[in-house]
Amino acid sequence: MQRIARARTPVLSTEAITKVYRSGPVAVHALDGVSVRLFEAEVVVLLGASGSGKSTLLNILGGLDQPTSGRVMFRDQDLSAVEDAALTEFRRKHVGFVFQFYNLVPSLTARENVALVTEIAGDPMPPEEALDRVGLSGRMDHFPSELSGGEQQRVAIARAIAKRPDILLCDEPTGALDSKTGITVLEALIGVNRDLGTTTALITHNAEIRRIADRVIYMADGRITKVEENSTPIAPSEVSW
Amino acid sequence: MRALDRKVLRDLRGIWAQCLAIAMVLACGVMVMVLSTGTQRSLTETRDAFYERHRFADVFAGVTRAPRSLLSEIAAIDGVAQAEARIVFTAMVDLEGMVEPASARVISLPALGEPALNLPLLRTGRLPDPLQPDEVALSEPFAQANGLQPGNRFRAVLNGRLRELVVTGHLLSPEYIYTLGPAAMMPDDRHFGLIWMREPAAAAATDLDGAFNDLTLSLSRGAHEAAVIAAVDRLLAPYGGTGTHGRDRQMSHVFIEGELSQLGAMARVLPPIFLVVSAFLVNMVLGRLIALERRQIGLLKAIGYPTRTIVIHYLKMTVGIGLAGTLIGWGMGWWLGHEMTALYTEYFRFPWLDYRPGAAPMVISGAAAMGAVILGAMRAVSAAVRLAPAVAMAPPAPPVYRRGWADALGYRLGLRQTTMMIVRSLTRWPGRAAVTLFGVAGSVAVLIASFVTFDIIDVVMEDLFDRTNRQHATMILHQPVTVQAELAALSLPGVLHAEGVYAAAVRISHGPGSKLVSLMARDPGADLTRLLDPEGRPIPLPDSGVALPESLATYLGLMPGDKVEVELLAPPRKPWAVTVTQVFRQSMGQDILMRRDAFFDLMNETPQVNMLHLAVDTSALPALQTRIKQTPAIAGFTLWADVRASMEATMNESLITMTIIFSGLGMLITIGVVYNAARIQLAERAHELASLRVLGFRRAEVGNVLIAEQMLLTLVAVPVGWLLGYWFAILMTQGFSTDIISLPMVISRATYAQAALTALATAFVSVLMVRRRLDRIDIVTALKQKE
Repeated sequence: MQRIARARTPVLSTEAITKVYRSGPVAVHALDGVSVRLFEAEVVVLLGASGSGKSTLLNILGGLDQPTSGRVMFRDQDLSAVEDAALTEFRRKHVGFVFQFYNLVPSLTARENVALVTEIAGDPMPPEEALDRVGLSGRMDHFPSELSGGEQQRVAIARAIAKRPDILLCDEPTGALDSKTGITVLEALIGVNRDLGTTTALITHNAEIRRIADRVIYMADGRITKVEENSTPIAPSEVSW
Repeated sequence: MRALDRKVLRDLRGIWAQCLAIAMVLACGVMVMVLSTGTQRSLTETRDAFYERHRFADVFAGVTRAPRSLLSEIAAIDGVAQAEARIVFTAMVDLEGMVEPASARVISLPALGEPALNLPLLRTGRLPDPLQPDEVALSEPFAQANGLQPGNRFRAVLNGRLRELVVTGHLLSPEYIYTLGPAAMMPDDRHFGLIWMREPAAAAATDLDGAFNDLTLSLSRGAHEAAVIAAVDRLLAPYGGTGTHGRDRQMSHVFIEGELSQLGAMARVLPPIFLVVSAFLVNMVLGRLIALERRQIGLLKAIGYPTRTIVIHYLKMTVGIGLAGTLIGWGMGWWLGHEMTALYTEYFRFPWLDYRPGAAPMVISGAAAMGAVILGAMRAVSAAVRLAPAVAMAPPAPPVYRRGWADALGYRLGLRQTTMMIVRSLTRWPGRAAVTLFGVAGSVAVLIASFVTFDIIDVVMEDLFDRTNRQHATMILHQPVTVQAELAALSLPGVLHAEGVYAAAVRISHGPGSKLVSLMARDPGADLTRLLDPEGRPIPLPDSGVALPESLATYLGLMPGDKVEVELLAPPRKPWAVTVTQVFRQSMGQDILMRRDAFFDLMNETPQVNMLHLAVDTSALPALQTRIKQTPAIAGFTLWADVRASMEATMNESLITMTIIFSGLGMLITIGVVYNAARIQLAERAHELASLRVLGFRRAEVGNVLIAEQMLLTLVAVPVGWLLGYWFAILMTQGFSTDIISLPMVISRATYAQAALTALATAFVSVLMVRRRLDRIDIVTALKQKE
């Protein structure tokens, strides 16, 4: 399949980051010297068992958390040394998130959940366009409780891309869905990446999904164990699990 | 300790701040009950004990001059237990180093021994020696205010003769627990006091040898007071009886009764508000806790706990809150009761006054508090325990949102999505919004009821001193004199203008109702004291008939045009049917007014005056005061500036204290309601609010969602609170009005604004306390918890 041209410029990178959680005398090393780079417009899949540090890495990349040591760079900006307010601005302007459990606001309709983000973004697309991209133009005025799991996840994707983020970070976006619905969600993600050139990082423990990525990063025990280039990513519709 | 009990303690610890907020609201209700009923009870018991031990009389009568021999006839009236004749008169007192004149009521003591009725309590020194005509005992407050110790001497003008008197002791009397001088509005211990003198000396001073001018009676059990009064009136009539009355017209007694009824009003109006708000708060907080523990309840049922045990488990939490509220309320009530009682001892001269609330207010307030919280809890608990274990263990169905009128309005107004979240939250949980709304409204109402006192006092003071009584001074004369006295007064130093009044005690009756009041007969052109219409505008004295204050007209059911019976208590004692020609506004006292010529036409006498209102050149005041001290015809002299100053001082002391306390109570309701609502909102929507942070919303923006919802409710609650406050203020003015003072119902815009701003500021601070928790929420952790 043909994706848009990929210049090898890193958008987001980490240098030897560690993350230690302390709970009384016990210290848990969630990340142990991770260096990773995410390039413009690429799709990266982070693969690993539960507890391998994928989510912690994704949270740090997205500015939801800060490393215990090491550096996180967004283009030329060092994110590891900034205040909470600056991280908020980073998320607000540059990052879109998609979570396993959608995290939609239950009291807002699909359109309003997307508008929640477009109202505070600099150059957003209209909520209707974002929803159209994920194939939900017919369900815009439904509340989350009136939508299926797959539809809710697609609203979450529309909400994440509506601000035209530089990076889209997805934590197990298909984890709560059956395979058929999961594939529609992946198609929506890949479609956005293809059309808008958004760098996309996707966490999964479903090895099959790695086949849609340009690169696959394997993680175990808080470390990167292997990075695999995939010169022939396949379309989500060709994946099955 | 059983596992479930341990859970109760841990749960309470987990939501201690919320529980404390509820307990504090509850404590306010308990406190007001303990404070008001406790103080009421302490005052009543002390008064009753003092009355009983010191034989406070039941019936009082005045007469111009009656022979002592009449006493046996009076004592023989059916129902009279004891009768005692006295000589009572007013004297001017000239105290060393005091420019202004003071006055005193001189009361005779029997020639030997102690009086049978109204027995004074000797505080220091001894009673006057019957053989020493210059010896007198003084009322303790007057003696203390003027530094007159036993053995000290002072000068007084007794019936026109200047005398030097020796103090033998200090006394307190059940008859003068609250002491007011002639034409005074407030007790003034420096300028008015009581002098007890042996009867021979008093008789000599007043030329009442073998006669009396004051009578006190005690009644036997089951006596018919009205019949005794009528009989005494009949017997005294030939001797110039000036009216017989029961305790209901005895000045000191009436003031204490008024205070007791005000305390009763406080105990009736306020506690229910706090108890109802607490009940709703418990319902709200416990409902939320139970919703969170749904699965645990299912589990407990599944493993075999009976429903009853689970219900008791949650009620124990409630009892914990109720117990805390009751104990705090008891403590605060007890402490404030002591403070308030101490305040009372400054105005009411009891020989002792201890705050002894007794067990009843404690038990009743505790039971009411427990009842309120248990009632509040029952609804929440019963809904939860009714679920089958399997249903309870499954997660609850997600809340269903629907589009409604609010959404259409939202779209039209182009509201932001964060605002829509607030609108939907309010429309989705209207019950919860209503608790906050009515709680805050109650708080605004309590604030209005406490601030409104200042508005009322402003109007009362303005009416009294700026609109009605514009004279600088009022002089009371020993004897009625011709109206020429008005001219004669102009020769006194500094007197610019004098207006004479004839004050007479009358009984005014209409249908079954009657009242003893003062009738003021004065010149229609009088301008120093004026009449006000209900709107507070000065109006002329009607040409004929009688003008009545609103409170009296309402009490007797009279309107202008009605005929009323006015009976003079002094000769000629004939009842007259007079037309009510004017109803006027008066906040202090219940004096009725007539034109002097019309009054004396009825009397068939030449017009007289026994009181003079003066406009004075204040620079000549010291000279005037010195002259008055030497003028035997003057029985009393009141400077209105002093009256105003002492009234203002009293208001400032007691009213500001009360206002601070009640504003505090009002604010506590808002804190309790808003803090709890915000905590619940935060707990339920932490996930949602964390999502907003992930999406790039700043802390302040997310905080605003929390703050705006509570502040919006507070804002909506304000006008509701205004309405409620208006109603409270009506209840309060009615409850606090007595025969002596009728409070006007006025609420200024400033009061509405202050109440609203106080509630808004309190709500804002309460929600900010919760917002701090929001700032501490870890986004990542919050997101991991599935809705």
